[in-house]
Amino acid sequence: MIPAAFEYHRPPDLAAAIAALRDYGDDARVVAGGHSLIPMMKLRMAEIPHLIDLQAITALKGISIDGSTVRIGAMTTQAELIAHDGLASLAPILRETALQIADPQVRYVGTIGGNVANGDPGNDMPALMQCLDAGFILAGPDGERTVSAREFYQSAYVTLREDGEILTAVSFEATGGGHAYEKQKRKIGDYATAAAAVLMVKDKTACSRASVAMTNLSDVPVWSKAAGDALAGTSCGPADIDAAVAAMLADIAPTADNRGPVEFKRHVAGVILRRAIARAWSRA
Amino acid sequence: MKKMQLTLTVNGEAHDVLAEPRELLIHVLRERLGLTGPHIGCETSHCGACTIDMNGRSVKSCTVFAAQADGATITTIEGLGAPGALHPLQEAFREHHGLQCGFCTPGMITRAYRLLQENPSPTEAEVRMGMAGNLCRCTGYQNIVKAILAAATEMNTLKEAAE
Amino acid sequence: MNEMAPISREERTQNLKGLGCSRKRVEDVRFTQGKGNYVDDVKLPGMLYGDFVRSPYAHARVKSVDKSAALALPGVVAVLTAEDLAPLNLHWMPTLAGDKQMVLADGKVLFQGQEVAFVVANDRYVAADAAELVVVDYEELPVVTDPFKALEPGAPVLREDLEGQTSGAHGERRHHNHIFLWEAGDRQATEEVIASADVVAEEMIYYHRTHPCPLETCGCVASMDAVNGKLTVYGTFQAPHVVRTVASLLSGIEEHKIRVVSPDIGGGFGNKVGVYPGYVCSIVASIVTGKPVKWIEDRMENLTATAFARDYWMKGRISATKDGRITGLACHVTADHGAFDACADPTKFPAGFFHIMTGSYDIPVAHVGVDGVYTNKAPGGVAYRCSFRVTEAAYFIERMIEVLAIELGMDAAELRAKNFIRKEQFPYMSALGWEYDSGDYHTAWNKALAAIGYEDLRREQAERVEAFRRGETRKLIGIGLTHFTEIVGAGPVKNCDILGMGMFDSCEIRIHPTGSAVARLGTISQGQGHATTFAQILASEIGLSADSITIEEGDTDTAPYGLGTYGSRSTPVAGAAAAMAGRKIRAKAQMIAAYLLEVHDGDLEWDVDRFAVKGAPERFKTMKEIAYASYNQAIPGLEPGLEAVSYYDPPNMTYPFGAYVCVMELDVDTGSHEIRQFYALDDCGTRINPMIIEGQVHGGLTEAYAIAMAQEIAYDEIGNVKTATLMDFFLPTSFETPHYTTDFTETPSPHHPIGAKGVGESPNVGGVPAFSNAVHDAFRPFGLRQAHMPHDQWRVWKIARDLGLNG
Repeated sequence: MIPAAFEYHRPPDLAAAIAALRDYGDDARVVAGGHSLIPMMKLRMAEIPHLIDLQAITALKGISIDGSTVRIGAMTTQAELIAHDGLASLAPILRETALQIADPQVRYVGTIGGNVANGDPGNDMPALMQCLDAGFILAGPDGERTVSAREFYQSAYVTLREDGEILTAVSFEATGGGHAYEKQKRKIGDYATAAAAVLMVKDKTACSRASVAMTNLSDVPVWSKAAGDALAGTSCGPADIDAAVAAMLADIAPTADNRGPVEFKRHVAGVILRRAIARAWSRA
Repeated sequence: MKKMQLTLTVNGEAHDVLAEPRELLIHVLRERLGLTGPHIGCETSHCGACTIDMNGRSVKSCTVFAAQADGATITTIEGLGAPGALHPLQEAFREHHGLQCGFCTPGMITRAYRLLQENPSPTEAEVRMGMAGNLCRCTGYQNIVKAILAAATEMNTLKEAAE
Repeated sequence: MNEMAPISREERTQNLKGLGCSRKRVEDVRFTQGKGNYVDDVKLPGMLYGDFVRSPYAHARVKSVDKSAALALPGVVAVLTAEDLAPLNLHWMPTLAGDKQMVLADGKVLFQGQEVAFVVANDRYVAADAAELVVVDYEELPVVTDPFKALEPGAPVLREDLEGQTSGAHGERRHHNHIFLWEAGDRQATEEVIASADVVAEEMIYYHRTHPCPLETCGCVASMDAVNGKLTVYGTFQAPHVVRTVASLLSGIEEHKIRVVSPDIGGGFGNKVGVYPGYVCSIVASIVTGKPVKWIEDRMENLTATAFARDYWMKGRISATKDGRITGLACHVTADHGAFDACADPTKFPAGFFHIMTGSYDIPVAHVGVDGVYTNKAPGGVAYRCSFRVTEAAYFIERMIEVLAIELGMDAAELRAKNFIRKEQFPYMSALGWEYDSGDYHTAWNKALAAIGYEDLRREQAERVEAFRRGETRKLIGIGLTHFTEIVGAGPVKNCDILGMGMFDSCEIRIHPTGSAVARLGTISQGQGHATTFAQILASEIGLSADSITIEEGDTDTAPYGLGTYGSRSTPVAGAAAAMAGRKIRAKAQMIAAYLLEVHDGDLEWDVDRFAVKGAPERFKTMKEIAYASYNQAIPGLEPGLEAVSYYDPPNMTYPFGAYVCVMELDVDTGSHEIRQFYALDDCGTRINPMIIEGQVHGGLTEAYAIAMAQEIAYDEIGNVKTATLMDFFLPTSFETPHYTTDFTETPSPHHPIGAKGVGESPNVGGVPAFSNAVHDAFRPFGLRQAHMPHDQWRVWKIARDLGLNG
């Protein structure tokens, strides 16, 4: 597996990276950790004449926490997310999710920016970002804008990021409450057969707010507003969970692959969501 | 295609390498620097046979372009011990029969090295999780896990003795 | 102080590091330092690189191949197609199974990934670029991936080259996609027994297609030395000597002008037995260009084009008396061989040793028929960590036993015990013609059941079923039982050969003057630790420390001819050759010692590492002394030196056996599983190195686990391989892999010089049914009889759903 030739660029700062994207247009792609892109290039399923490596841009690195506001630079690796104690206490669902991505080596180089930006429906972080109601900060020739993770994904590998833009950070408000990222996969290194990100806030005995998002069950991550709504204001009894699962099932559209037929995936999606709700609720 | 000049520090030695940007780091190490310890197994970043230590992280060098590694500090299996002065992990793999065909071994040991740097006293479950990026077709892992746990103990003993 | 004090016999025995000790492996010193020497590490001056253009289609006519753009790329040296190979008559090659196979597509392609053109360039990156530039014009043809459909009257003709041929290497072909029908046993008697039996269980058992997938893919470096006319080929060859013979026959180069070297091999598991188009193309390219040519396949090529394993549809019927005495067994196999019959079996056995299918049981009458079928899938059919088709046979009988137990309403452990061949029946002639050498199945079985606490487990399982029915849990427990009998160590030359070469093996020993030695064998290690264990066998035979004995294999210029390493044949055959050669050394040593001690040969007795005068143990000569004497003394009637060679033709196969139990928890909702316990008792006869045996068992069980639970080569309807990378082809990591408990009994082989039987493949043969039976067993209380492997999550879920357990 040998990739086609390309020219390599390592811009020192964001402005230079954006300029390079402008110069090479469709022929350019940015690379962060590269563990999604490089295998595709080796299989010659992606040919990229100009590869723009973001590794030197220090502004894209790091996690900052301001009160309940979390901002994670796009080039922050999964391993750095896992190791960050401040993040783990404020928004532990990030560690729980990151630990279920790929394997240790891949987590050392795989970044949150790469995971959310390339639009692969198999990636875990997009659904989590939707669950958290995160914003994606995009920088382009005309400056910076923020797009909601819940709006960002259009179809597989198609997002609201314009060709000249670079996703520089994700940002969200930590809500507290209970959390769970429940993932069924075939083995280490696999994408989810089904995964559910759940956040629930408890007010005395009732659930005051809930957010539910699902991974790899459609050509985009699925934030199921209806599933969250079905839980909000309830005491999370069996009927409420049934309603949430039914609402989620109405929002997903899995396809058959080696992980199983559609019927199985829909079934597992329900099982996984129930487990995620149970765990999140027990922690709320 | 145009080649570029790269600077790599490998096993403590600085190297200037002229390579195409697309060249895979594993090929640079194996073909240009003659470090044939790390191997190519799956080519899609699943098997870990190509694992090296780069800038203090375990990295699958078949999924890194030469150009990306420009400026990196790298340790391969060849840098971990010397004849007559093997690294405790190398000793432990032999002692506990942690290898058979030997093809995965350099990647295994190099990965285990970083794992023990980060977690000097892991549990068996932590070793199994921490080594999950390295495939072995021969051993069934049981003796690999045993070897890594034994090496951890040995390294901790050596460290205490040195302190 | 007491340097002169005689050391005890025990101490001297220990110093030898011979049979039975867990000697640390000598190979590991290199491997742990990254100093192995695998084929991709071979780098020769001026070396070129080859890369294939492969078919994206499973069945298509190749209308044209335009190589002009590829040839125009700087750095490209040659592009070979079938047209270029035809004048050399190398566009097709014979297979090990009596068929022939295209080296490069000759007019059509028959499976996805088939080799169409071979690009040679001065760099592997250029070769890959050039392969993209070769333009092939295909015309798609109808695809058949189902062997049953392939045999329908209107099925597309796959092998046009065989049109009109109504017989092949193994007899009559009754359809254009039919390869052979092979039979063993007494059909009529079996039918009669089954027709009149109290109880008959009938089931279709499918052992799915999978792949050995060693971590190192296949590859070679071919180097034609134009000056000396000598061809050297380094490669991933499990049988280097056979490769040399085949290369000579194909190329016309005299065999002494060919040197084949198997360097370190990164796992084989059967994948590296066959001869692949890449080898032929590299050799031709080296001859044409006058330069060394390296070809290393990538992982996708490995999984899609080199030898697969299994793909047997086994229709079985087993009959018994009401009280569970088995009376007969019948099986018909529809064997999917892919596009070419390239199975790696001994010539006379197109279905390998599948007729070991009566397993561990005393079955009076049996019959088997195997239909080989062509489909648009990759060729192969190798013994993936098993002897030839033995894992299929073991899976078949161990599933049929379970199905029969259901039919009888009987406990499956009890049914097995009731039908085991009894200890006193050995040597035992099976209904299908095998003479089992030795065994003590009841002892092994009882030990296994006691070790895992069988009765308690059954009680727990029953309680769990009740709790499940009450809705208190969604997890079931499965207890997977297996008692397997293998047949390994092919084999007697009288009935086993590969391409006409008898399946003996060999060992040549040279003792050096100072009492160390080199021994060369016809086998080749791929991780089994031959350099360690063969030295142990010799140490015990010749009384020199294993540390003083170097083992060499794999270089046909120096090693004696042998048939290689696969089918667990190294210890049974080459290990025996080593022992026999050692005994020749000892016989000569005895004469030398007699001369030195001035006694008659018969007055001496062997004592660990020396010959001593009977009744006067203080008068002795050690092997070290004898070795030196053999070089520096003129001994009347004896040639100088101390060397021996043995070519060993085993009188029979060996029959290792074992009892395995897998305890599994299955989540009915997600189809996922957890292995709670796995107990493996192996009896491989005399144990040479317990540490290595345990390692072999761990490894084989892990491969079995993968195969049973998720690993497969799957095709879609148009012949695309759906599992071509390690994302989808399951190799378990340390995280998924269970913990194993190993155990043993020791029943030596009566005909093997040291009683050893071989172990490398037992855990795969016995492991697959143990894991699979555990899944079946969990659902037995709910009415499951048979569900095909692999038991991955969605298929387990489907079992539960079909049984109405999933709402």
